[in-house]
Amino acid sequence: MNDTEHVSTRLDKRSIFLRRLVVRALIGGGRGHIGSSLSLIELIRVIYDDFLKFDPKNPFLEERDRFILSKGHGCLALYAVLADKGFFDKTELDKFCHNDGILGGHPERGKVPGVEATTGALGHGLSLGIGISLALKIRKSDYKTIVITGDGEINEGSIWEAAMCAGNHHLKNLAVLIDYNKIQSYGFTKEVADLEPLVDKWRAFGFGVSEINGHDTEEIKNCLNSLPLEPNKPSAIICHTIKGKGFKFAENKPEWHHKSSFKDHEIEQMLTELEKQEKDL
Amino acid sequence: MRPTSLNCVYELAQKDERVIFIGSDLGPGVLEEFKENIPERFFMEGVAEQHIVGMAAGMALEGFVPYVNTIATFLTRRCFEQNVLDLGLHNTNVRLISNGGGTVYAPLGPTHLAIEDIAIMRAIPNMTIVSPADADEMRRFMMQTLDYQGPIYIRLGKGYDPIVSSDEFPFEIGKAIHLKKGGDLLIVTTVITLAHALEAAEKLEEKNISTAVLHMHTIKPFDKEALIEIVDKVSAVITLEEHTVIGGLGSACAEAILEEGFNERKAFRRIGIPDIFPSGYGNQKDMMNRNGISVPQVIKTAQSLINS
Repeated sequence: MNDTEHVSTRLDKRSIFLRRLVVRALIGGGRGHIGSSLSLIELIRVIYDDFLKFDPKNPFLEERDRFILSKGHGCLALYAVLADKGFFDKTELDKFCHNDGILGGHPERGKVPGVEATTGALGHGLSLGIGISLALKIRKSDYKTIVITGDGEINEGSIWEAAMCAGNHHLKNLAVLIDYNKIQSYGFTKEVADLEPLVDKWRAFGFGVSEINGHDTEEIKNCLNSLPLEPNKPSAIICHTIKGKGFKFAENKPEWHHKSSFKDHEIEQMLTELEKQEKDL
Repeated sequence: MRPTSLNCVYELAQKDERVIFIGSDLGPGVLEEFKENIPERFFMEGVAEQHIVGMAAGMALEGFVPYVNTIATFLTRRCFEQNVLDLGLHNTNVRLISNGGGTVYAPLGPTHLAIEDIAIMRAIPNMTIVSPADADEMRRFMMQTLDYQGPIYIRLGKGYDPIVSSDEFPFEIGKAIHLKKGGDLLIVTTVITLAHALEAAEKLEEKNISTAVLHMHTIKPFDKEALIEIVDKVSAVITLEEHTVIGGLGSACAEAILEEGFNERKAFRRIGIPDIFPSGYGNQKDMMNRNGISVPQVIKTAQSLINS
């Protein structure tokens, strides 16, 4: 699998719509981890559209699957999907990072309906997910726990402590998706802290492993519906993605990991690009 | 104290299906009966404190009450961010049972001395810190942990300490115990140094220094009211703890007393480990004596405060 394939994955109407919601929050907050959120959108979209069992009116309903965005800085993608699903009103997006808003630069449990765990410090979500998954196992409940980590995030040692434990407990109802956009804050993962051979690593820790194009919604759906990838094992899905996906000027550019201010013409450019892609459909 | 606390966890687990035990590679045979009878809620994990605390928090988010046990240094320093975020920020009902609070592991050297655990755990919002004085008090306390809201850090002293607490004084988390009355001096203490405080107080009485003893088994939430009520009546205060003098019981008392703004100046001294990495080995008693955490030191300090 290579990057050219992902660039060629065209965004459909729904992916364009969700990116518009992300831009709406960016306008509202004037800042955000944009590149890190854009690589995630199709993953979170499919998880909520086609896999997760949930009730937006009762986010902590006992009979639900659990989803944790361990790379909390990608929250703009999560907020777009949660707003679209009706967990909260879309007008909250306009108050992203505002004093009177519920949506902060990292997601918080108890403040944002639908957020299972407060994340932002990297390397916490997988352990929390394992605890949840073990709790469900004790209760003999079959509900699933899905965790998304970043690629830079898995530099954290705690992730591998957690991975060892998940393998040891044969948590078949747990899946971790790695948003492998190949860029961390400083630059390319290959140069900062090379993760390869990534498939072998997760396999060695006792996971069933699959590699997918993280922007191909059919491929994501098929993979999720085939969980667990191997009997009696937790699953790791290496999702090849593009940082900044959907905006040519931002794709694969480390400087688009996070922006603390936007110029008007940049916002304009984002909306124009989305419009153009919609017309070309 | 340690076997009592762990046996209490088993007892609670038999009564209540929410109770989970998680150990981090403890010695062989720990809570064997628990493991045998309730295997689905017994977890002996690897040496991975960051993960274990996060995992416990995940279980707590689902309504369980996990009791996590390992050595104090590793349960505080190594996984501090998990303690802050997964326990404090999420306000999860996780109980950390830390072996060897203070200088218990003196023969093992400075890597195993938990001398700043109270200071760092105290800085975490929502965190409750309890350090009973002996096995009897540990039992009275542990039975109250099941339905208590929020995370608790439980500091264990050495297991062979004498029984100095008494069930005449009811135990309540957050309420200090005024064990001995006195009008000249107050000794405030926590964990096993209660024994030292009581012995020193008795000897000071012989020297005509009427000495009160306040046992702060709960460092947080801090029972300011009980402290201030006694401080109001004495002229000098000594705090005694098996912990660095920075940020622990002594600091908490100093903050409370200064902020109360007494008209009359109160003489005040903290006795604890000075701001050093204590050197040498030997046993816990040797280590405490070398660092001035001893009955003679309390007496000497008391006399100098009262006579000045």
